[in-house]
Amino acid sequence: MADRSLVHIAFYAALIAALGLVPPVAIPFLGGVPITAQTLGVMLAGVMLGPVRGALAVLLFLFLVALGAPFLAGGRGGLGVFASPSVGFLIGWPVGAFVAGWIMQVTSRLNILVAAGLSAAVGGIGVVYLFGIPGVAYMANLSLEKAALGSAIYIPGDLVKVVITALVVQTVARGLPGAVLSRG
Amino acid sequence: MISMYLTGNSWLHRTPAGLKLLLVAVASLLLFQVTSPWVFLPCLTVVVGLYATLGREGLAQLKLLRGLTVFFGILLLLHWVSGTLLEGFAVILRLIVLVLAANLVSVTTRMDDMLEAVMPLFKPLEWFGYSARKPALGVALVLRFAPHMMQIFSRLREAYQSRSGSRNSWRLLPPLAIQCLRMSDNVADALRARGGSEGLSDR
Repeated sequence: MADRSLVHIAFYAALIAALGLVPPVAIPFLGGVPITAQTLGVMLAGVMLGPVRGALAVLLFLFLVALGAPFLAGGRGGLGVFASPSVGFLIGWPVGAFVAGWIMQVTSRLNILVAAGLSAAVGGIGVVYLFGIPGVAYMANLSLEKAALGSAIYIPGDLVKVVITALVVQTVARGLPGAVLSRG
Repeated sequence: MISMYLTGNSWLHRTPAGLKLLLVAVASLLLFQVTSPWVFLPCLTVVVGLYATLGREGLAQLKLLRGLTVFFGILLLLHWVSGTLLEGFAVILRLIVLVLAANLVSVTTRMDDMLEAVMPLFKPLEWFGYSARKPALGVALVLRFAPHMMQIFSRLREAYQSRSGSRNSWRLLPPLAIQCLRMSDNVADALRARGGSEGLSDR
């Protein structure tokens, strides 16, 4: 792996951390559920870096959290978060970034705004919840339907993040075309 | 350096990081086999007792459970609806014990000791021709990047605020991404100029 890749991976891991420090926004029309910018970083890592480097960036971020860096939204961190009910979502993040990056690669003929939105939605929402919901169900001994119901309140917020991801990727593609490595 | 670490010199701080990690892993595996709430009560006492040996600052760590209270409430409600209230209590107690035990390792181990303890896990990378030092270099890079990014972000936000009056907008993200990506290119060049991630001494 080239040094440049390592720097890019570290860069997106740091971006996920920095976005976690952005204060959560409660959106009134979504019932006041606070949304954090952190998963925006996960979507961006996958869409911008492509499957392998995107997943590695998320893994590096989670590794830092496990080592004790309080980088998760709300200043959480340490090994405790991997014993908490939301661990499934954390496991889903690298896989989601991988899928997002992969879709971004195979849709390279599509308009970049559409492709980025699609990748972020399938990888950043679909795949992440595919891991997150069974995680909640397992850790909390709930049925899958109940766990899904409890997790669904975050989906509108995630849809907002998909739109932002698509817009950011499109703007970056215009301003710094070489930076969209998944299409390089 | 920002971390969950609590400065101190208790016997828990002096216990090797690898041993603590191993004990927490074994305890977690065992606790998942247990379903009776009555087993968790003594476990909880032991874990809280361990926090107490760290002094007042140790006990203050228990406030990390506050973030989970809403979840616990919903959980109890759901278990109550399906008539498995006792099971609900067992699940919550297990989660509390697991989270507290894992967090105990984080608050009593410095990040570099933790990194040192898990470095052997990266040894297999060398079989595939990658340097096992790369993850450590990645960690160092992230820790340096993150504050720098926050700095760029706050500068952009101040400029945006003086132009528009409003504080936050998603419009800040593209310039943030572009400026940060430029910076990361410079870092990659600097790394190469210094012999790359393998370092000059290893060649």
